[in-house]
Amino acid sequence: MSTEESSVTEPVVADGDVSGDVVLDDADSAVTEPEPDPDVVMVTLNGREVAARTGELVIAAAERHDTYIPHFCYHPRMKSVGMCRQCLVEVDTGRGMQLQPSCMITVSPEMKIDTESSTAKRAQEGMIELLLANHPLDCPVCDKGGECPLQDQAFSHGPGESRYIEEKRHYEKPIPISDLVLLDRERCILCDRCTRFADEVAGDKLIQFTQRGNQTQVMTFHDEPFASYFSGNTVQICPVGALTAEPYRFKARPWDLAAEESTCTSCSVGCRVVVQSSRDEILRYQGVDSDPVNHGWLCDRGRFDFEAVNSELRLDDPMVKTDAGLTVTSWNAALTAAQQLISDALGAGGAEAIGILGGARGTNEDAFAWAQLADALGVTYRDAQVGDGLPASILGLDRATIDEAASASTIVLLGPDLKEELPVLYLRLREAATNGGSTLVEFSTVDTGLTQYAAHSIRYQPGLQADAVSDNAELLAGDGSVVVVAGRSNLAESPDETMAALAAVLAANPNAKMLPALRRGNVVGALSVGMAPADPDHDGLATLRAAADGKIDLLVLVGADPLNDCPDVQLARRALAGARRIISIDTHPSESTKHADVVLAAAAYGEKRGTTTNIEGRVSTLVDKVTTTGTARPDWMIAAELSLMLDLEGGLAQVTSVEEVTSAIAAQVPGFSGVTLEALATDRNGVLAEVVPALLAPVTRRAGQRNSYDHRLVVSRKLYDRAVGTAMSHSIAKLAPGAGAHLHPLDVDALGANSGSDVQLIGERATAILPVVANSAVPRGIVWAPFNQGGAVEDLIDGNAAVIDLKIEVL
Amino acid sequence: MSRLTDHNVALAREIIVRYPRKKSALIPLLHLSQEQNGYVTDEAMRHLAELLNLTPAEVLGTATFYEMFKFEPVGTYVINVCQTMSCALLGAGKLMHHAEEALGIKAGSTTDDGLFTLEPAECQAACTGAPTLQVNYRHRYNVTTDAFDALIDDLRSGALSSEIPPHGTLGRNRQQIPADKFVGAPDPDDVSEGPAWVPVPSPANATEDKS
Amino acid sequence: MSTAITRDYTPGFYEGDRPKLVTSRFEYEDSYTLERYLSTGGYDGLKKALEMGPEAMSGEVKASTLLGRGGAGFPAGVKWGFTPQGVWPRYLVVNGDESEPGTYKDRLLMERDPHQLIEGCLIACYAAGLSQCFLYVRGEMAVAHERLADALNDGYEAGYIGKNIMGTDFSVDVILHWGAGAYVVGEETALIESLEGERGMPRLKPPYFPAAIGLYGQPTIVNNVETLANLPFIAANGSAAFTAIGTETSPGTRMVAISGHVKRPGVYEIVNGTTTFRDIIYGNEFCQGIRDDNELKAFVPGGGSAPWFVSDQLDIPFEGREASAAGSMLGSGAVMVMDSTTDIPEAALTLTRFYAHESCGKCVPCREGGTWLLRILERICSGHGTDADLDQILEVGQSICPGEMPHAASERIGLDATPFPYKMTTICFVGPSAYAPLHSALTLFRDEFEAKVVPAPKRISIPVAVAGS
Repeated sequence: MSTEESSVTEPVVADGDVSGDVVLDDADSAVTEPEPDPDVVMVTLNGREVAARTGELVIAAAERHDTYIPHFCYHPRMKSVGMCRQCLVEVDTGRGMQLQPSCMITVSPEMKIDTESSTAKRAQEGMIELLLANHPLDCPVCDKGGECPLQDQAFSHGPGESRYIEEKRHYEKPIPISDLVLLDRERCILCDRCTRFADEVAGDKLIQFTQRGNQTQVMTFHDEPFASYFSGNTVQICPVGALTAEPYRFKARPWDLAAEESTCTSCSVGCRVVVQSSRDEILRYQGVDSDPVNHGWLCDRGRFDFEAVNSELRLDDPMVKTDAGLTVTSWNAALTAAQQLISDALGAGGAEAIGILGGARGTNEDAFAWAQLADALGVTYRDAQVGDGLPASILGLDRATIDEAASASTIVLLGPDLKEELPVLYLRLREAATNGGSTLVEFSTVDTGLTQYAAHSIRYQPGLQADAVSDNAELLAGDGSVVVVAGRSNLAESPDETMAALAAVLAANPNAKMLPALRRGNVVGALSVGMAPADPDHDGLATLRAAADGKIDLLVLVGADPLNDCPDVQLARRALAGARRIISIDTHPSESTKHADVVLAAAAYGEKRGTTTNIEGRVSTLVDKVTTTGTARPDWMIAAELSLMLDLEGGLAQVTSVEEVTSAIAAQVPGFSGVTLEALATDRNGVLAEVVPALLAPVTRRAGQRNSYDHRLVVSRKLYDRAVGTAMSHSIAKLAPGAGAHLHPLDVDALGANSGSDVQLIGERATAILPVVANSAVPRGIVWAPFNQGGAVEDLIDGNAAVIDLKIEVL
Repeated sequence: MSRLTDHNVALAREIIVRYPRKKSALIPLLHLSQEQNGYVTDEAMRHLAELLNLTPAEVLGTATFYEMFKFEPVGTYVINVCQTMSCALLGAGKLMHHAEEALGIKAGSTTDDGLFTLEPAECQAACTGAPTLQVNYRHRYNVTTDAFDALIDDLRSGALSSEIPPHGTLGRNRQQIPADKFVGAPDPDDVSEGPAWVPVPSPANATEDKS
Repeated sequence: MSTAITRDYTPGFYEGDRPKLVTSRFEYEDSYTLERYLSTGGYDGLKKALEMGPEAMSGEVKASTLLGRGGAGFPAGVKWGFTPQGVWPRYLVVNGDESEPGTYKDRLLMERDPHQLIEGCLIACYAAGLSQCFLYVRGEMAVAHERLADALNDGYEAGYIGKNIMGTDFSVDVILHWGAGAYVVGEETALIESLEGERGMPRLKPPYFPAAIGLYGQPTIVNNVETLANLPFIAANGSAAFTAIGTETSPGTRMVAISGHVKRPGVYEIVNGTTTFRDIIYGNEFCQGIRDDNELKAFVPGGGSAPWFVSDQLDIPFEGREASAAGSMLGSGAVMVMDSTTDIPEAALTLTRFYAHESCGKCVPCREGGTWLLRILERICSGHGTDADLDQILEVGQSICPGEMPHAASERIGLDATPFPYKMTTICFVGPSAYAPLHSALTLFRDEFEAKVVPAPKRISIPVAVAGS
């Protein structure tokens, strides 16, 4: 057995505070008799005296002191259940040695622990033999073989052979329990990890033990699959091959996988992952236990959207528009064409005629390089957001870390449904509310994933969020710590409304800290390193408006797809039509790349090194696990080459490696001075950039009351939509729920409609036809529609409007 | 019709408020649904999940742990023949063979007319009257093969219908708590003081917190 | 017209001139009615308790040294004292899930004298400051449910249960709760899980000692039916009257069910601590000897989980410590007698099958080991066992109960006793119970097992894992 080998399955605790020796060193170095530390308990472990922490489980204390106790059901991030009995050791608390499960016993002063006595060993060997009695031993065809805790521990702590000659239990071989996960009950050892995860961590109680005794099995209800956004975690923590994930099944053997740690950029939580590849293809991500961030968990989109990197539809090579349409060409030719477009635009309308959008999908280095290029050119129309977030000025507020949010007395939710947009942040805050004693106060238009855990969930009509906050100011005052999670809860409502609500929270409690719930992978990083607009008149929407008005000669889309990303899709369409020239730097073909004059194939996640910044401002490293597809290049390199070709002052014309860009960020970007290569190499959890204080710009609120015969529109994201990462990953693409107009069941009745029938949503701009869905999570008078699901709801959104009111008619 | 009837929903709500936590009512409500339908249907489990704010999977997990809950139709009379030690010592095996022959079915199955389900059972707390069996959980003691035949005859003829209700009915009466006498379930999260009749302890004890 | 089957089997438990603390009303046809109960001193104990106050009442219980009658035999008053100070609310859970093989007493107490149990519950709630009482009754006891439901309805109506009991500020609900068929729920932490609507799987002690962290995480007293049925007597007559009966370490009486190959099987209320197994099995006022005057081969002294005794142990009194020293336990008061015609491996099979079947599946040694033992024993009994299987039983047993196993002495085979208890790798006693009786049968009657097996042809060896090699 090597615990190293299973370190991926057994999440690595990357808590900087893990070393148990620290305390001992302190005690040793003290000259005088030190005050006894109330947090330290001295115990005897296999004959040597070691320091444990008060309240620490024996199994954890032993492992910190390099004594591995075999186990299956114990998991440091979940409650102990003492089910598998594998971790039995002999413990003496003054009444003689007794066999005890080390996952259930906490250390006590002068406790003696023997993990290797003949009694302990016999018990451990006995458990392995019993666990293997009904295990099929189909290791040669099992995905887990080679990284299987049961297999490993059978070798390290087992008796060496089985004496079981009776017939084994038989079940139907793997049965799908969701679209992503299969269950082989013959392999299952009933450790309660997956079921505990579903209950305790995810809150999706969709898998349970059923039957009893020798017939016990994990099961879903007959027609309710394990449709959890977090189902992949159960596969990772399964200590046998009972749970396997569809995207990885039979793809590789563990010993063929090369692995490196990185950070997930599917959203901006910044979960630490291990990227695993074989034959230069990414095959799997596994969660890494980063104590301040993800605790080892990943959402299923983050876990499985590597398929998009491997997609056959990737842009392999640069293209330029010819009479025959977009045509593959050489990098030299493409870059020369791009350089020409930039020079032309500068010549025709000056830097004011150039807009640069994007950066949120790439690395800090990508965004910084393009921001440097923009600076050198004097481009002011730039933004990492396209009307889908909040003004960058919120990043100047006193920022909370995820840990601070998860330990706050009161957590105020102004943002979107975190379960849909920042799933692992949802897990952290859900835990804070269920176990941590935090009070959740939610202001939302519709029920969200956290509603059931909120002490107060306050509904408001779009446009009235700030009033709802002011009306409940007493919930936000008080002495305890308050963290407000702020994001864009409604894409069909002006962000000014959320900003006003945020201001109202800070008015009610000036000490409140803020955690931004901006979704796109590196949006905080991009905004921080220079891709933020200087003022609202040059932000993403303003850039698109200028383009639509014919004022933009060249629009550069750096991993930006306004036709999919911008809520005001009509504006995006007019902008792409109105911009005279377009350069698109992207990984996949999109609606927007079709309009481009030059398409530069970009390296994707997993193909380029660099750093990313999460919502807290935590900068962590990304790894280039596989070589880029085709001739694609990282965005920063493209910017650097163009700088060189344009012979720009400053800029990054001279850089030759991404590390130089990282160092340049540390040297030049305010707040990033601590984010050095050395610091990043030291702490795998990353380095927190400092907040550069800024004031919130005052906003004007414009929303009026809704007419009683109208419905007010709420548009927000689901985890799975038609964005590239999901749409290009076949395993999860099918999980997008599809377009629909969700109404309260009584509103559906009032319209005389039936769930599933089409209705017309009639707005000032357009009319959209969508199937109606009766949904009691939606209050009366509101119509909620998921964003970017292929319907026409985006046509109704006007980026200028405070709110969108609609009439609904049955077709 | 396998969701609870309106009448049974009213009964269910009466039962639910007796417990500090809703989920505690799950087993009694599973009995109620089995009483209504003869077995526990999927629809009933979904309905109970709604009533108790659970997932259907949680209902299934609990329900399948307990042997009295059946998930497929069973006979009007479920006959459990005890097989544990005292009964085994006094001829339970012979009785079971006879029962199988008399009913023409193997243990674990139901007669074609849907009247009888025969099951082996574990100790029924009637060991001094071995061998024993239960019909819908009503005991019969010292069961000889002749006595078994007579029992079947009586069940078929309806002679015992007043004594033995159809499968699913746990008791022919229920606990009914008059509203004016009902104290109410003390919520573990909302009660911090001792009950009225307990003398107030010394302040040192009263302030001691639970950890 | 009626079938020839006895419907309400009431053996001679009221014969003889013995003290009857809990079965005093059993002789009446209408013993379960409120009317009969009130006319025979019913609710006098509660009245006395209300007069003396909760502290004095719990003092009486402590002074009575009333031992729990569920199997573990722990003093009830001490158990109540484990509740942490100042933590409210607290609950009473009545363990009426009687299912231990051979045990048949709680059902009688519930069916024949439900008010006595209810009064006991009320006294316990009053004395220990318990805010609500749940009467968890085994699901398969339909008649007990009906009797208890009637008794509770009558009790509420008459003001003995619910708000302001007997005009005082003592208010408590007694809730009748239905089980649904799972032996393991008789274990107190599993009982609590089940009462919370969960699968009845035991919790680990520590930390889940019910008195500290019980129902809904609150302090909870779990008491057996018979234990609580003793409280009306103690309240009405005082602890001295109770300790005057029986011995100092085992005061009062016990209900014992004697079944199997005896002439007059029955449930008897015996004097605790002094009555011997010989009295019970051969005594005139009890079972009157073995059927057909056969020889005694073996007997189970304390419910299906207990290691077996043989005739060498007949003169041991019904007293916990003496039974432990002799290699077994008294458990839940159930004696099962096997005469000389008994096929020992077959008899052991019925118990191993029971415990393997009743495993909750939570911990591995019980879930896998119990069934493994069953498979081996089934093969032996069907003539497909080998001599290697006998040692394999002991090996599997070592994974469930490591170290020395308790067993009785036997002069016949020249064996000394190993005292109770055993060590265990499991959370609760279900797993060891699949093995302990089998182990004692195999130890005391190895010859009978050997007679059923053939020599092992060749040791079969299966590598534990085949991948990665």
